[in-house]
Amino acid sequence: MKFAVIVFPGSNCDRDMYFAAKDALGEEADLVWYQDADLSTYDAILLPGGFSYGDYLRSGAIASTSHVVAQLKEQAAKGTPILGVCNGFQILLESGLLPGAMLRNKKLKFMCHQEKLVVQNNKTIFSSLYAEKEDITVPIAHGEGNYYCDEQTLQQLRANDQIIFTYKENPNGSVADIAGIVNEQGNVLGMMPHPERAVDKWLGSEDGLRLFQSLLNNWRESYVAGA
Amino acid sequence: MKKVKIYITLKEGVLDPQGKAVQTSLNTLGFNEVQEARVGKYMELLVEDNADVEAKIEEMCSKLLANPVIEDYSYTIEEGILQ
Repeated sequence: MKFAVIVFPGSNCDRDMYFAAKDALGEEADLVWYQDADLSTYDAILLPGGFSYGDYLRSGAIASTSHVVAQLKEQAAKGTPILGVCNGFQILLESGLLPGAMLRNKKLKFMCHQEKLVVQNNKTIFSSLYAEKEDITVPIAHGEGNYYCDEQTLQQLRANDQIIFTYKENPNGSVADIAGIVNEQGNVLGMMPHPERAVDKWLGSEDGLRLFQSLLNNWRESYVAGA
Repeated sequence: MKKVKIYITLKEGVLDPQGKAVQTSLNTLGFNEVQEARVGKYMELLVEDNADVEAKIEEMCSKLLANPVIEDYSYTIEEGILQ
């Protein structure tokens, strides 16, 4: 399975993502500069964390206007798995690939620590190796991770089972404790916690690895089914 | 040229932790009459004279400058600016 890790000016978790796919998962991965990206040759696309364009205007706003986002939308429509973590999630929100927006953390503090998440939906390509309602430990590292959407959008997220991860003890004020959501088709996941930083015991947790393994399993199954 | 002044504010009902902190600080300084503070953004654009500048500004605001999920915007246009 071949992963693209898109690198924007100001991305800083790109290598974490790259090594999670390449070493921890053991698959192929490329670091792709956003201006040179040709996303058509990849099986999955990873949008890493960081501070693209220095978070100018709003987190992810400037990156969402780049040409690579047009390709991203094309791949999303085709069903290619896309994972956006932290700033990657913010870019997915700003580009309209996922509903909602990010506000500053309720207590205005940048928070960086291990957080307990609850797996709310294990029937997606990203979460199939978790048990439903399983508690997992994944680190967060953000100042603007306070997920916001209006009541109507929240009802839609709930009705379509799009809430994949929630915080066990909400650290940032997110609506409905939301830590990660998918799009309606289920192939685009955005989440604030960093699964790529939880892929080995020596990192403090290996609970994030199963997210990548879920993707791999589902890709293999669809590949075999499609062949 | 036209000078466009754009004001971006968080929508009513959207929590503004930054505004809340500013209000608390003002209260701490003794300005107890302040009941609420909301922090927004102000931008100035210098735009070429163009008949449909208003439509363009609307588009700029909704596409990039404001995030319609959480923010409202308003603007004023000053005509006849010399550069």
